Amino acid sequence: MEAQPRSRRETWRLLFLISPSFFWLVVFFLFPLLLVLGISFGQRGTYGGVRWDLTLDNYVRFFDPLYMRIFGRTVIIALVTTVICLLAGYPLAYFIATRPPGRRNAMLLLLMIPFWTNFLIRTYAWLLILRDQGIINILWTGALHSFLSQAATVVPLPIWEPLLEATAVSLKLFGTDGAIIVGLVYAWLPDMVLPCYAAVERLDYSLVEAAQDLYASRLKSFLRVILPLTMPGIVAGSILVFIPSLGAYVTPDLLGGAKSIMIGNVIYSQFMSARDYPFGSAVSFVLMAVMLIGTLVYFRMGAE
Amino acid sequence: MSKYAVQLRNVSKHFGTVVAVDDVSLSIYDGEFFSLLGPSGCGKTTTLRLIAGFELPTKGEVYIGEKLQGEIPPYHRPVNTVFQNYALFPHMTVFKNVAFGLEMRKIPMEEIRQRVLEALDMVQLPGMGNRKPDQLSGGQQQRVALARALVNRPQVLLLDEPLGALDLKLRKAMQLELKALQHRVGITFVYVTHDQEEALTMSDRIAVMNHGHVLQVAAPQEIYDRPSERFVADFIGETNFLSGQVKGGRTGEAVVVVDGTLAVHVFVDRMPGMNEDVTVAIRPEKISIHAEPPDPQALPGVVEEVIYTGTDTRYLVRLTEKAIVTVRQQNVDVGAAVSFPVGMQVYLCWQPESARLLVA
Repeated sequence: MEAQPRSRRETWRLLFLISPSFFWLVVFFLFPLLLVLGISFGQRGTYGGVRWDLTLDNYVRFFDPLYMRIFGRTVIIALVTTVICLLAGYPLAYFIATRPPGRRNAMLLLLMIPFWTNFLIRTYAWLLILRDQGIINILWTGALHSFLSQAATVVPLPIWEPLLEATAVSLKLFGTDGAIIVGLVYAWLPDMVLPCYAAVERLDYSLVEAAQDLYASRLKSFLRVILPLTMPGIVAGSILVFIPSLGAYVTPDLLGGAKSIMIGNVIYSQFMSARDYPFGSAVSFVLMAVMLIGTLVYFRMGAE
Repeated sequence: MSKYAVQLRNVSKHFGTVVAVDDVSLSIYDGEFFSLLGPSGCGKTTTLRLIAGFELPTKGEVYIGEKLQGEIPPYHRPVNTVFQNYALFPHMTVFKNVAFGLEMRKIPMEEIRQRVLEALDMVQLPGMGNRKPDQLSGGQQQRVALARALVNRPQVLLLDEPLGALDLKLRKAMQLELKALQHRVGITFVYVTHDQEEALTMSDRIAVMNHGHVLQVAAPQEIYDRPSERFVADFIGETNFLSGQVKGGRTGEAVVVVDGTLAVHVFVDRMPGMNEDVTVAIRPEKISIHAEPPDPQALPGVVEEVIYTGTDTRYLVRLTEKAIVTVRQQNVDVGAAVSFPVGMQVYLCWQPESARLLVA
């Protein structure tokens, strides 16, 4: 008899506590999302805007080879970014997590400090490094080229010829998929390192000793014990890198030039230049669906 | 075949400025149940880890069988370890856990299956192969850890406080079971514990350690009856200590005067110097208590406190201003519980060979 009113009061209390985030999500997330979903079935008005003649044409149009090619490239860029982040981030996370506790925090801080700078500025910095008259190319065509010509005069050998030729012209770095990947890896590396770090740090090191006690070499104990037990960190980190890479807009916009564009740029241009809201909405929804399915499949794999 | 399963020769291990193990030499016989006993931080676990290869000695040499181990990594040493927290692989079934060592050594699948099932039978966990470690009780996990190590038939099995996490009753049962198991498999066990009773119950020989040193290596009875120094006497069982000076004696027997008034007779192997500061150690159960002096050497005292514990009665008897000793009397007869009330004048006696003379 006494328990019931108390539990009802408890229910009200909980409702009260979740109400701010609930309303926030409904007003600023669910409602706009439904709006985008609705628009994706509409048609482009003559002067922009949306005509509400329901159609599936926008989704059909997505399968146009032009968009499919961009979408395919986007997926590949995001995958490559994720793999590089994993290959670079996991060893780093492992290294940090196995240092003495005091030094760990200092290292994590060092990892985070660059990310206190504005994202746009950091990406722009890569532009200065990679562009045709950028830092790399100044060194390539300047310092390296003159060093090689000096060397050629001191020790005349035929091998200098192709090297001199190569350093005579700038490297094409800016405006390539490679530049985008460099920018994305740089942007999302901490998102890979932090979950991996958490997983490695939580790992009971006596399990590694147990594996080695049972005749497992360093490599075997890594593959059979450390890797499976830190898999949740790898899965979380990969998702945290893959999803923003798939939807990237600023990085390809700044570093990809006119030729290398990703699906995020397509969505942007549909809304901002082509004023085709329905098609832009449809592409957005396909992208979201791919992310959702990809994440679910990946989680399922990780669980095994 | 060497008669020693493990030998440590002048082994030291430093961690920075901390000396965890200080010039330890040990010879552990083949087929022996050997315990490393000491308080936490005494270096016993580090010693075990030096044998396993998880730590390399700063100085000295570790031999397993006749082979100098040097920098051989743990996965190439013919020993297996039962870890304190069991360290079972949480992502593998019990079967996979036990099979791990055999798989790493590329034993054929069919043999692995057979040996794992045998090992699970041996630790009384038949049919548990498909469980995950977190579905087992603490005692069961302990058995899996044991099976996982023993299935490899190591030359030496290292056990790091394997019973520490179990409750008292289970621990007692496992002590006897481990001892029986060791007899059956005939493998040398090196057992780390801080529980003196556990070490006495199970071991063929015990090494008592403190501050990185080995203080005494001997059979349980020898350790208990003939402790080599005060720490050993104090750490193992209960002991009364009486400090005094050597004032006389004849061959094999010294007379120690406590607090200037009390003359205590002790058997000694080696006669200490006159007026040397010494400690007489005597176990409470080896003292008898009497209302009348049974012989002229009996020590007079006054009962200060009487504690009845069921199986026996403990008397705290004041001998001098500073010296109080505990006397333990078994309650053999019903009603004999409190024969000597508080305040009563009593006389204490013991066989001179029961007491130990310890230097300082």
